[in-house]
Amino acid sequence: MFILGALLIWELAARYGPWPHALLPGPFAVGGRLAGLAADGRLGAAVARSLLRLAQGYGLSVLLGVPLGVALARSPLVRSVLRPATIGLQALPSVCWLPLAALWFGLSEAAIVFVVLAGSLLAVAIATEDAVSGVDPGLLRAAGTLGIRGARFHLGVLLPSALPGILTGLKLGWSFAWRALMAGELLFPAGGLGQLLATGRTRADAAQLLGVIAVIVFLGVLVDQVLFRLLEVRVRRRWGLATAA
Amino acid sequence: MWRELAARLIRRPRADDGGGLLVPSRTRPGRPKIDVARVGHRFPNEVVALQDVNIAVHAGEFVCLLGPSGCGKTTLLYALAGHLAPSGGRISIDGVEVKGPGPERLLVFQEPALFPWLTVRQNLVFALRATGIRRGEAARRAQAFVAMVGLGGFEDALPHELSGGMRMRVQLARALALDPAVLLMDEPFAALDAQTRGQMQQHLQRIWMRDRKTVVFVTHDVREALVLGDRVVVMAARPGRVLEDLEVRLPRPRDPDDPALVELSRRIREELRRAEESGRRTARAEEERDARAAPGGGVHPGRAADLGARG
Repeated sequence: MFILGALLIWELAARYGPWPHALLPGPFAVGGRLAGLAADGRLGAAVARSLLRLAQGYGLSVLLGVPLGVALARSPLVRSVLRPATIGLQALPSVCWLPLAALWFGLSEAAIVFVVLAGSLLAVAIATEDAVSGVDPGLLRAAGTLGIRGARFHLGVLLPSALPGILTGLKLGWSFAWRALMAGELLFPAGGLGQLLATGRTRADAAQLLGVIAVIVFLGVLVDQVLFRLLEVRVRRRWGLATAA
Repeated sequence: MWRELAARLIRRPRADDGGGLLVPSRTRPGRPKIDVARVGHRFPNEVVALQDVNIAVHAGEFVCLLGPSGCGKTTLLYALAGHLAPSGGRISIDGVEVKGPGPERLLVFQEPALFPWLTVRQNLVFALRATGIRRGEAARRAQAFVAMVGLGGFEDALPHELSGGMRMRVQLARALALDPAVLLMDEPFAALDAQTRGQMQQHLQRIWMRDRKTVVFVTHDVREALVLGDRVVVMAARPGRVLEDLEVRLPRPRDPDDPALVELSRRIREELRRAEESGRRTARAEEERDARAAPGGGVHPGRAADLGARG
């Protein structure tokens, strides 16, 4: 209902507003443009391209970030060496890595994946560190007296007990990764949704810009609110934590 | 003074019922299973948690460490488990000095300490598998021990779906399934309601009468100690020390409402109260003496020496 109302106001504003109509196309124009992009396959290709990069960069940052977070929480040595750097670099917007990535990897796929990785790795690591530090000490003591050690301890006790917190970190990391990816693709003309935005700008095609933005929002919400939400609810229910709705 | 207390404790039962239901435990021949020799422990904040504690526990004995909070009973138990290194003395099990946690000793906690994401069965199987038991055998044993604590039918429940008493029983089942030589229990029923606690005591007593495991059981509940223990080691606080080491000669299975048991518990409680009062008096006297000896509020010379020796 709210969405319908907003669309209506948008359409009215686009038709009767005091601005040039080419700069603010209405929802019908945007929808038509999107349908066109989808029909000639450009939209699908761009979405696939972006998601593939995201999967690579984000996947890598989860694979590296979770162990890094565990090490930060469990090893005083790692903490004293890496923690200041972690906190410092976390404050750096990931786009700032782009020029360096271009230098290192050239204008390649790897550069964008690197920016995505740099954008989300530390968020995942820091959230994992928090979650692991906050694990119920009673469970760790129980594991100690039961003689659970080594890989069985880390994979079977430590990670599962920290999982609810780690999931929050993964969600945060995902949203950072998504931002970093869009920034990277905008600046590097290398396909993907970001490039659709860039070409829309050069052609002054406002309908394309708004349409692509809508797609980006839709994908972001889909992963954030549907995928992660479902995962979180399932984990929290299984772990017997507050009955998350 | 403690000897005098002991004498009184012993004399009374004789005078009352002539049975001698509570007698000082005698030194038994043979090497004890657990030997606590001259153990002392001082926390970094200078609190003396344990002072010159000597206890010998023989295989198959059920020993209760009884005392008020702060008497060091939990500290002693954690030292037995190897989770804490006492600052003085020696603890050995089967003649081997305790240097850390070991598979032959298992600590049972006051909170259920179950893995919340695993079902009842998985909690047992996971712990059993960690000791190197094969999957099939682990599953079989898990099944048997869950049934033994009366939780048959709840194998696939998650811990948060169970009541506090049931969770405690799962922890007990897990501990028993692992079959450690020594079971160390840290006020395992203290957080339960009175009725559940009573049931759990009967449960543990029945299981123990069948298995005759070596158990060291920490509690502040006098009646609980008398229902469960072959021996009750009465401890006092400030400094944490052993007041009495008593053998309980009540026939099993024991009933917490048995008048003889109730009478014994009343007497122990009285002695504990008296010890606490006299402890408070000596503590005050010591403080006054310290204040006189070191007007600047300096460190007690004995403590400084201790610190130096430890550091």
